[in-house]
Amino acid sequence: MSLLELENVTLKFGGLTAVDRLSFSVEEGEVFAIVGPNGAGKSTVFNLISRFYDPYEGSIRFDGHDLLKVKPSGVAAYGVARTFQNIELFEHATVLQNLLVGRHRHRKSNLVSELFFTPSVKRQELENREKVEEIIDFLDLQAYRDKMIAGLPYGVRKVVEVARALATDPKLLLLDEPASGLSVEETTDMRWWIDDIRRQMGITVLMVEHDMGLVSGVSDRVLAMADGAKLALGTPAEVQSHPAVIEAYLGKAS
Amino acid sequence: MRIIFKTDYMQDIRPWKDGYQLSLYLILLAVMIAAPWWLDMFYLGELTNVLVWAIAGLGLMILTGHTGQASLGHAAFLAIGCYANVILLEAGVPFLLAFPLAGILTGVIGATIAIPALRLHGIYLAIFTLALSILMDDIIVLAEPITGGVAGKFISGVDIFGLTIDRWGTPTYFYWLVLVVTVLVTLGYINLLRAPLGRSFIAVRDSEVSAQAMGVDIARTKTISFGISCAVTGWAGALMGLYAGAFNNETFSVVISIQLLMMIVIGGLGSIHGAFFGAIVIGFLPQFLSISKEYVGALFGGDTVAIPGLEFGVFGMILIAFILFEPMGIYGRWLKIRTFFELFPFYRKDMFKRQKSYLKTERLR
Amino acid sequence: MDNIQLLISGLANGCVYGLIALGFVLIYKATEAVNFAQGDFMMLGAFVTIGLTNTEYMGLPFWLALPISLGLMAGLGYLLDRLIIRRMFGESQTSVVILTIALGFVIRFVAGLIWGHEPQTLQNPLAGKEVRFGGLVLGMEDVAVIVVTLLLTWALYVFFSKTKLGLAMQGASQNQLAAYYMGIPVKRVQGFIWALAGAVAAVAGILFAAKGSVDPNTGLMGIKAFAAAVIGGFGSLPGALAGGLIVGVIEPFASRYIAAGYSQVAPYALLLAVLIFRPHGLFSQVRVKKV
Repeated sequence: MSLLELENVTLKFGGLTAVDRLSFSVEEGEVFAIVGPNGAGKSTVFNLISRFYDPYEGSIRFDGHDLLKVKPSGVAAYGVARTFQNIELFEHATVLQNLLVGRHRHRKSNLVSELFFTPSVKRQELENREKVEEIIDFLDLQAYRDKMIAGLPYGVRKVVEVARALATDPKLLLLDEPASGLSVEETTDMRWWIDDIRRQMGITVLMVEHDMGLVSGVSDRVLAMADGAKLALGTPAEVQSHPAVIEAYLGKAS
Repeated sequence: MRIIFKTDYMQDIRPWKDGYQLSLYLILLAVMIAAPWWLDMFYLGELTNVLVWAIAGLGLMILTGHTGQASLGHAAFLAIGCYANVILLEAGVPFLLAFPLAGILTGVIGATIAIPALRLHGIYLAIFTLALSILMDDIIVLAEPITGGVAGKFISGVDIFGLTIDRWGTPTYFYWLVLVVTVLVTLGYINLLRAPLGRSFIAVRDSEVSAQAMGVDIARTKTISFGISCAVTGWAGALMGLYAGAFNNETFSVVISIQLLMMIVIGGLGSIHGAFFGAIVIGFLPQFLSISKEYVGALFGGDTVAIPGLEFGVFGMILIAFILFEPMGIYGRWLKIRTFFELFPFYRKDMFKRQKSYLKTERLR
Repeated sequence: MDNIQLLISGLANGCVYGLIALGFVLIYKATEAVNFAQGDFMMLGAFVTIGLTNTEYMGLPFWLALPISLGLMAGLGYLLDRLIIRRMFGESQTSVVILTIALGFVIRFVAGLIWGHEPQTLQNPLAGKEVRFGGLVLGMEDVAVIVVTLLLTWALYVFFSKTKLGLAMQGASQNQLAAYYMGIPVKRVQGFIWALAGAVAAVAGILFAAKGSVDPNTGLMGIKAFAAAVIGGFGSLPGALAGGLIVGVIEPFASRYIAAGYSQVAPYALLLAVLIFRPHGLFSQVRVKKV
């Protein structure tokens, strides 16, 4: 059984079909990339998995659960974490606090115990901190631990967002354009990190990305989309040489 | 500059950074406890007033400063807390029970009201709460059998284990009572902020979408924030009632709501300090104005004339100045001054400048 | 017959609410900011005109004072934008709201300093005249209020939905950065809108002062007008007027048919109901933030 399965998913905004009978599945342990021109509906697929939108028809299953029965805040509890295309960090909090919010789904304390900060809350906080420190070490964020997000450079924010998603201890990580706006060196770093996330942490990665160098470098399989529908699915090399994909990017050869 | 070497995670979990900071706060607490011995009775009363406002400010700060939901109607919850406390006392419930109950009741009512208000954002929530505050006046009049309507209610003093606590009879005891409540509320607030719930408030404030993606239930979090905020405000209201001794439907008008919100903006949104700084401004502005009026009057040889609306006019101008030049409020300014001295002479002007991100595009998909 | 009389005076009141609400919506449409001082603008507009026309002040002829006070209020609106509001570019909506509430405090204080706190009425050519219409006796002021309001709303509506400049202004509100890239002078548009809102407030103030008396606290009426704007739906000019009329009519009828105290309660109760069941107003569509 696949980790994530989308079947016949359709989403309409008014008269516009944003996602058109899309089906694909992501296997455990792979890096799966979605590519396509702007407006192809790639991020919309992410927003469907995050349950920000309700599909018009079709089913989304994750790890044997029907995701469509879950509310948006419940998706994280099954082990799906994500980043955002435009970076949605908690601006007026420190990097550490941002990562600790990532631990929210593991919260066992309640209002009363937190108001008195009982020893069990303290233990939970120490545990959260240890997990978060592992991720800080993994992504080299030590220098920024106590810095406010609002003062950080763009490239660092991008990494912090990945770190926050990892702090939730996910099974599946959704990366929405992890390399957009990054310099060449930062993109190379991101590439090794994605590789490590899969190999060392054993987390399945689903990403949307424009940088074909990054896509062919890390992904096992690639899905090409245009106008909300599937164009091609296969290894990076297969997809890149697929006639329909070339046509979508470059126009019809005359 | 003090450099703190961190060797233990507990250093970040503890509410104080190091022994030096802890001892400063303990000294402050000792000075506050000893206030009746170094302040005359008039100023002790004013200080009590400031603390009561600070509690109300803390209540609103939870909701507006930390959860990002602006409320222009918190006077309604001051009223609920005040009336609940006095009505319970009149029913013969001892103060030590009536007071906590009044706050909890206000909190429950607040959380219930929050449920329909949850879908409202920003300005719509502000107008919703504003309407609540305006309606509260009429509700109190309509519910005359319980609230006493326009005639209002009176409360002289309360008993704690046979000890009479009265604003006029035993102002010292009343001051200590308020101080104890202030300290307890502040400690609870600190605990909340270092626990998951407080962080989820901040998450909801800064980005609802990503808070949701991290597993934070937005509706639930806002409801809880409303509840806690209203409970604390309710306690402040109960203390205000005891402080004033008499109150009616007009005591907690919509002007108080607006003043409360402005107070925490001046103090500094998103910080516990801000509620206290703001309360000091609100509490001492009238005194300051009357003293400076006398001074100006003496300077020009004229007599002091009453200028109606002066207080609000000056208050408005202070607020405009703060929003334009120091959006982080007095607390933000305090941080800058402190950093200036700590780093002297290496302070740079743009140290607190936030990077503006122009990369946030509005691409649709 | 009584009810019709009640309805007409309610409509005239509602028109003033509607005009203030128009000011709210104008600014909101073009800049996404909410000007809580709009009611105080109205009050100030009334006092400026009183100061120009009334015999105890400058005693200018009414028809001369009219354009001067419109111009002064427009200038004030422009200056406020230039000096204060423009600095708030990119700040949160809530801080702009708090800023304008504070501005209202200051305007009320200044008006009290200059014109005192006694209620005053505008001396105007229409005062005391009546129109008879069948069995109805209508105050000339009431008729003027209704006519002027309808004309003004219609003109603004046409401007925003039909002319190129008006459409460009709407664009400026929906995405300031994109509008800027499209060559719309966003800052100038914003200044123009504030000036326009100032002038509309002056009209509302003049009409209000002609049919009743004003004092510095009249500005607090802005809260009710704001409720009207929300009931009608923020972002829609006809909606704002409709909201104003609903509030204006509901007040006298509530106090007549329920109980005297309810004329205060009814508009806000309606507001709460609208916010709960149709959060974006009776005449408006919903937009959701995209990620």
